[in-house]
Amino acid sequence: MSKAVLMQGNEAVVEGAIAAGFRFFAGYPITPSTEIAEQSALRLPQVGGKFIQMEDEIASIAAVLGASAAGMKAMTATSGPGFSLMQENIGYGVMAEIPCVIVDVQRAGPSTGLATSPAQGDYMQAKWGTHGDHPVIAISPASVLECYTLIIRAFNLSEKYRTPVIFLMDEIVGHMREGVELPNPNDLIINPRKMSFHDGANKQCYYVPEGEFIPAMKPFGQGERYNITGLAHDESGFPVNSNEIADKLVTRLLEKVEKNVDKICRIEEYAMDDAETAIVCFGGTTRAVMSAVLKARAEGKKVGMFRPITVWPFPEAQLRERLPQLKKILMVEHNHGQMLQEVQRTVGGKLPVDFLGCVDGTVISPDAILNKLNEMEGKRHAK
Amino acid sequence: MPSDLIHEYMRIDHLPQIWCPGCGNGVIMHDVATAIHELIEDPDTPCNRDDFVIVSGIGCSSRAAGYLDFNSIHTTHGRAIGFATGIKLANPKLHVIVLTGDGDCSAIGGNHLIHAARRNIDLSVIVFNNDIYGMTGGQYSPTTPNGDKATTAPYGNVDRPFDIANLATGAGASFSARGDVFHARETISIIKQAILHKGFSLVDVYAICPTYYGRKNKKGDAVEMLKWQKENLVPTSKFYHMSEEERAGKKMIGILSYNDYPEYTAEYAKVIEASQKKGKK
Repeated sequence: MSKAVLMQGNEAVVEGAIAAGFRFFAGYPITPSTEIAEQSALRLPQVGGKFIQMEDEIASIAAVLGASAAGMKAMTATSGPGFSLMQENIGYGVMAEIPCVIVDVQRAGPSTGLATSPAQGDYMQAKWGTHGDHPVIAISPASVLECYTLIIRAFNLSEKYRTPVIFLMDEIVGHMREGVELPNPNDLIINPRKMSFHDGANKQCYYVPEGEFIPAMKPFGQGERYNITGLAHDESGFPVNSNEIADKLVTRLLEKVEKNVDKICRIEEYAMDDAETAIVCFGGTTRAVMSAVLKARAEGKKVGMFRPITVWPFPEAQLRERLPQLKKILMVEHNHGQMLQEVQRTVGGKLPVDFLGCVDGTVISPDAILNKLNEMEGKRHAK
Repeated sequence: MPSDLIHEYMRIDHLPQIWCPGCGNGVIMHDVATAIHELIEDPDTPCNRDDFVIVSGIGCSSRAAGYLDFNSIHTTHGRAIGFATGIKLANPKLHVIVLTGDGDCSAIGGNHLIHAARRNIDLSVIVFNNDIYGMTGGQYSPTTPNGDKATTAPYGNVDRPFDIANLATGAGASFSARGDVFHARETISIIKQAILHKGFSLVDVYAICPTYYGRKNKKGDAVEMLKWQKENLVPTSKFYHMSEEERAGKKMIGILSYNDYPEYTAEYAKVIEASQKKGKK
């Protein structure tokens, strides 16, 4: 650990990304993500990287995918409205298997909404924003330090699985400033991209060896010639109108995430060992939940926190493991109940699942969570 | 007889292509391959095949990327120039050629076209301009002439059309030109100059779509449409020597505007240098 520095979440994203090998940013200004663009414009040329401000978010994600196809680790950053504009090309990145990282610093919506206020209303958009059946990996940081460490993980996963990774932040974390001790660069694990085809590929850029899920490609301009397309394609990358090949491709795209879900899904648990009530939360809601857990514990209540760090795929196996000890669950999120649906699906009616959310652009306070816990308690006694 | 170029530069396993009989796209694709071939062969323009990246959007035109045996990327509708911008900025040594259509680059992708032109980033945009949306079956595009018919303009097109070459010039492109299917030799030469030009270049190539545009508007078959090009599109050298009366109803092909504005990636290289010097202070 180095000495502590005062940093903002958005800034930490850029510094962590650079440590992960990020060298290309294309973006369009939007609150509350803009500092990521500004910091990238300042920092990238210093490390030989490239920054470009595009004409809109559609062009931004297009340029990011293009730069990645040419061999650079690339990222863009936006907020809800811009994230919506990017969705078509995010699907392209999934289909064409081009690694990149998309940061969404969520704000209150829908539409222009409350542009400077916090929210977590893009949780479902992160998974279902683009069309068709597709895998999504999304990670949500809860502190400035995690903005740094988890953006590195976002790049690593993106490179490893050759798929766009969503870094699902929110205004609270993006604009949070706190002292952080950044890890020593030598201690970081960085996944370099495999810059050549798989053995036996015979120039087939989408060739995947038996039992594996992920192709390997040489970047454009390095002595191979191949085609990339968003159409259903065979292993050579050429479009085909074959139902069988389309099925095989989409199934493999889904399986490369599904079959590795145990490696991808990470959670944080707090005071869960003997907990009978679990508060589920992610990202910017985490601090308030931890504080509420501490206060509830001081009152002798057996409350713990279960926080998905990987928010897509939802870490259902980890939550399911906790179910036998739990009597109830409270989902706390800054929306009208989005992750709630994943929790309910995982719980499958075995436990009562309560919900505390908000869509007014304010933040949920620890006291509001405590009140909700008391209210749930009261409901139970009333029975 | 297919030329040797086809064996050399096309993905022969994937031919024949999907275009309709009489479509002009195959000729334009051949023009692009010939232009690249001539540049590779010419000792004065040192480059090799791996230096070229072909980027396309969606539509009839954009299927060309898959047939050309280069690094090629067939992207989303309208966004080829966005992808191309990322490729070029990531690796400025590459010659990045965008193959696009009138709808792809001037309707859904119009914003990207004008901003790439304004930045003067070194891309060569070749527009397969057939005045219609062919892939979806003949709807009017931003270049369909006013009054012409299309499946979505059964009573005649109310819109006024874009002149894409002039649009590019107006947006600040440092090289803007026009070619066509009939004048293949001239068009190859224009494409070569566009590729060699250090800056944003656009070649608006008049294609022909006998299947939809031609049939809907009683323009005759492919041969008739080519004859029209032969008689009404005039290479620059000839056009300049024509009188006003002779020019009536005719359009010039060739380089329409040219400038040596600073090129984006070269300017950005200076930013990198400046930021690193500043860091060392």
